[in-house]
Amino acid sequence: MGAYIVRRIFGMLLVLIAVSFIVYLIFIVIPGGDPAQRIAGKVATPANVAAIRHRLGLDQSFIVQWYDLVKSLFTAKLVSYYNQTNVVQQIKQGLPATFSLSIGAGIIWMGFGILVGLISAVTAGRLSDRVITALALIGISLPVAWLGLILRYFLAGEGGGVSWFPDGGYVSLTSSPVQWFYHLLLPWFTLAILFIGFYGRVLRSNILDTINEDFVRTAKAKGLSTRRILVKHVLRASLIPIVTLFGLDFASVLGGGAIITESVYNLHGVGWYAAQSIQTQDLPPLMGVTLYGAMFIVVFTLLVDLAYAYLDPRIRLS
Amino acid sequence: MAERLLEVKDLKVRFATEDGIVRAVDGISFELERGKVLGIVGESGSGKSVTAMTLMGLTRGVNARFEGEVLYKGTDLLKISDRDMQSFRGNELGMIFQDPMTSLNPVYRIGEQIVEAIQAHENIDKRQARSRTIELLRQVGIPNPETRVDDFPHQFSGGMRQRAMIAMALSCNPSILIADEPTTALDVTIQAQIVELVNRLKDDFDSAVIFITHDLGVIADIADEIIVMYAGRVVERGSKRDVFYDPQMPYTWGLLGSIPRLDRPRPERLHTIEGSPPSLINLPEGCKFRPRCPHAFDKCMQEPGLENRVESPGHLDRCWLDVDFKRSNRDRTISGSSVEAA
Amino acid sequence: MATTGQEEFTLDTAAELAAEEGATKEIQGRSPWVLAGRRLRRNYVALAFLGVFILIVVCCLLAPLYSRHVSGLGQNDTNSGGVITVNGRKVHVISQGGTKIVNGQPQIVFGGIPIGAQWGAAGGKYILGADELGRDVATRLLYGGRNSLFIGVTSAAICTALSVILALLAGYFGGIVDWVISRFFDLIWAFPVVLLGIALGTALSVNGFHHFGINLSGSSLWITILVIAFVFIPYIGRPLRGQVLALRNREFVEAATAQGAGSVRIMFTELLPNIASSVLVLFTLIVANAILTEVGLSYLGAGVQLPNPSWGTMIEEGSSRLSTAPQISLWAGIAIAITVLAINVFGDGLRDALDPRAKIRIEHG
Repeated sequence: MGAYIVRRIFGMLLVLIAVSFIVYLIFIVIPGGDPAQRIAGKVATPANVAAIRHRLGLDQSFIVQWYDLVKSLFTAKLVSYYNQTNVVQQIKQGLPATFSLSIGAGIIWMGFGILVGLISAVTAGRLSDRVITALALIGISLPVAWLGLILRYFLAGEGGGVSWFPDGGYVSLTSSPVQWFYHLLLPWFTLAILFIGFYGRVLRSNILDTINEDFVRTAKAKGLSTRRILVKHVLRASLIPIVTLFGLDFASVLGGGAIITESVYNLHGVGWYAAQSIQTQDLPPLMGVTLYGAMFIVVFTLLVDLAYAYLDPRIRLS
Repeated sequence: MAERLLEVKDLKVRFATEDGIVRAVDGISFELERGKVLGIVGESGSGKSVTAMTLMGLTRGVNARFEGEVLYKGTDLLKISDRDMQSFRGNELGMIFQDPMTSLNPVYRIGEQIVEAIQAHENIDKRQARSRTIELLRQVGIPNPETRVDDFPHQFSGGMRQRAMIAMALSCNPSILIADEPTTALDVTIQAQIVELVNRLKDDFDSAVIFITHDLGVIADIADEIIVMYAGRVVERGSKRDVFYDPQMPYTWGLLGSIPRLDRPRPERLHTIEGSPPSLINLPEGCKFRPRCPHAFDKCMQEPGLENRVESPGHLDRCWLDVDFKRSNRDRTISGSSVEAA
Repeated sequence: MATTGQEEFTLDTAAELAAEEGATKEIQGRSPWVLAGRRLRRNYVALAFLGVFILIVVCCLLAPLYSRHVSGLGQNDTNSGGVITVNGRKVHVISQGGTKIVNGQPQIVFGGIPIGAQWGAAGGKYILGADELGRDVATRLLYGGRNSLFIGVTSAAICTALSVILALLAGYFGGIVDWVISRFFDLIWAFPVVLLGIALGTALSVNGFHHFGINLSGSSLWITILVIAFVFIPYIGRPLRGQVLALRNREFVEAATAQGAGSVRIMFTELLPNIASSVLVLFTLIVANAILTEVGLSYLGAGVQLPNPSWGTMIEEGSSRLSTAPQISLWAGIAIAITVLAINVFGDGLRDALDPRAKIRIEHG
């Protein structure tokens, strides 16, 4: 087991190196034209551009360039050329908002997703199932940006509606827990809706498949109560794929993937930072956030695989 | 006479499917006494598995309809609620299935699954249940049961898994053990061991056994009574002697003839029964075997009743053919010469 | 799965069915496609939503007609100072600031507010209202829909085609080919979808894409199409690769090889048909996701570039004017939601129809 983990960590590092190379490709090589000009952004003076060119060693070889880029990223020296702020610093500042949003939403969507999927599966074919399925389908069809705007319009006093909720903005946990919670409710809900619908359907499908498995038939033949069969046999098997999905989705939003939700609600997290940079075509922050996001996914992929090995003994011993 | 445990009276099971109504079981009746072994034989689709699962209440569902009675010690198992049925399953009726690999939950240890079966019906603590489990594993012939009790199913071989399943099914001392094709997924050598095991255990546990298979050879040894099923109906029924030495149904001849044997003169080819089983949605008129029967004649357009047509009183069949004709013609089918039309 | 619209098959309905279809048929072998088609035809809800989707596509394709005959305004025709006739009165398209006297009291009228939905009152103009530059929302909705749908369907098609090829190659050849392709999938997979999309989208929108003989300007729709297609490759590629691997060792492949069939032939005539139903289902899934992704990217500015309208850019344009001119964002969002829902419901129905497992199984209680 220990050897397995070491091997995986090693593999992870390789992937991260490859990822940084991809980031390099995306931002420097692929667009063509003058990378220095591009990195300097829209508001660049010729002096800026020349400095960047020298900084990035654009007269040097491919590999050296890449190495320098990675080094500047990892040693926190990458600087945005739009407003001269340090990228890594900015990312760090965005962490509390992004983490608050992600963890809260994650708990909500996992909890409700499982609940909804379970009810839907157990009452399959009946009214409650049909209603839940319809709602879930609608939930996964809504564009997140629009949903956020609509909620703000109706519930946060943006437009004609009531002012039950604050209209965006992030209040840090340390300054006021109550306000922190209050300000996050709508964003949590917005982010969670899409996932609840999706997870509910996946779980429903898994449960209905598992119910027809031979070992469930055996459990019934043993005379176990319906409740026990459902929980210990059916659910246990059905939840394993959900754990995998959750690991990756959660990693994705932690890594700044909730960029739209953060933008709509003006939560100054990592995703929001990336969104701002798009407007100004400011590439260094995008590079930084992209690498940061990839790192989360790679780490969580490992965690998910470990969890899978724990949950399914057939994998464990191989 | 031994205690009569089970009385099945004219059981019918129908399922609603996309393509129509499937008459899986169309009127089967039999009795089972303690200590006896009943063999139910038939091809896929004959209704044998559905019968077995219906006894356990495992075929209940929105699409299923039942008629007739299944009386276990006087209680009609078809009429009681699923909740009540739970106290019978595992406790009074134990069942083992065809594929032991998929029939055991892969994420729980073997011991855990057997303990679960015991604790579902008996009020004993985990430790006692566990030591009983170890004893059961020993009884079914698993070596080193103390260590192997904590293994996962994929760590057992096919034969051992089936033994573990048998242990699990017998863990609460059920009066009846239902074995649904328990040897079909196993190697031939292991098959014999399992059959032998069931035979021994039935005496140790004083249970009755319903042994379901498509292969008459498998139950040649242990069955006391044999029922041959075809298209959801019983087509022949009698003691082992009757069915093996005086089979009355051409279908049974076909089944017997298709057992590869070493003691008879070698035929040119292994005998097969022409054609395939009928659709259970659109059954043929008259005798259900008629389309495949080499001896069919005009009377066969009318379905024969299940009646006793021979000297032995318990021996029933569904065939219009004259008994003497049958006795003089069947050997060719069974021993493998080519089949001629009547 | 979603059984909206499928009735319970009770013995009574089964009996009706048997009576309708003629009870004395023999068992005929029917191909799985025919069976699937039959099941799909019975799924009225799925077919209805397919119809909705087709209707939306047709409407969007007719955008030029709408522009010419109904609204009289093009997709980019601004009209900030314009005046239209509503029920006989003259109204400014964008309100002029100033003061009005109401009941003898002076009241401030805010300027810069576009008019709302006129429905029929202005003779076809501004049926759904105007946006901040005086453009006709309804016209832009249709043109924007054309763009969004075009991007969604095309990127899904390209993605599916590429993924199928990669999956076949990886699954069939195995070995180093499989290793390289799998690592390729892993690398794309390592990025959160949206982040990768905006990274690529932004980087490419600066200067366009000028490699491999392809020349695309930064504001070309094709940039967005290619970005979305690229990002979703592992989502289709990995499941398909798994299926191909499983099929690879089946006897029919061995048989074909023994008959002398070459690799390409085996991949396309033996393996492909067997994964075809998965491909279809995954394709519909990706179309839905592609449309939503385009909306997200355009909203953030990394997708469709102005002045081209798309449903995503419209949502963004209206986001700062929610209280004064909700129509800018509202209708675009509704259009997206209905379109994606239609695709999802139909996709569900398709999956149910293609599912090789019998729909009614012998239930275990």
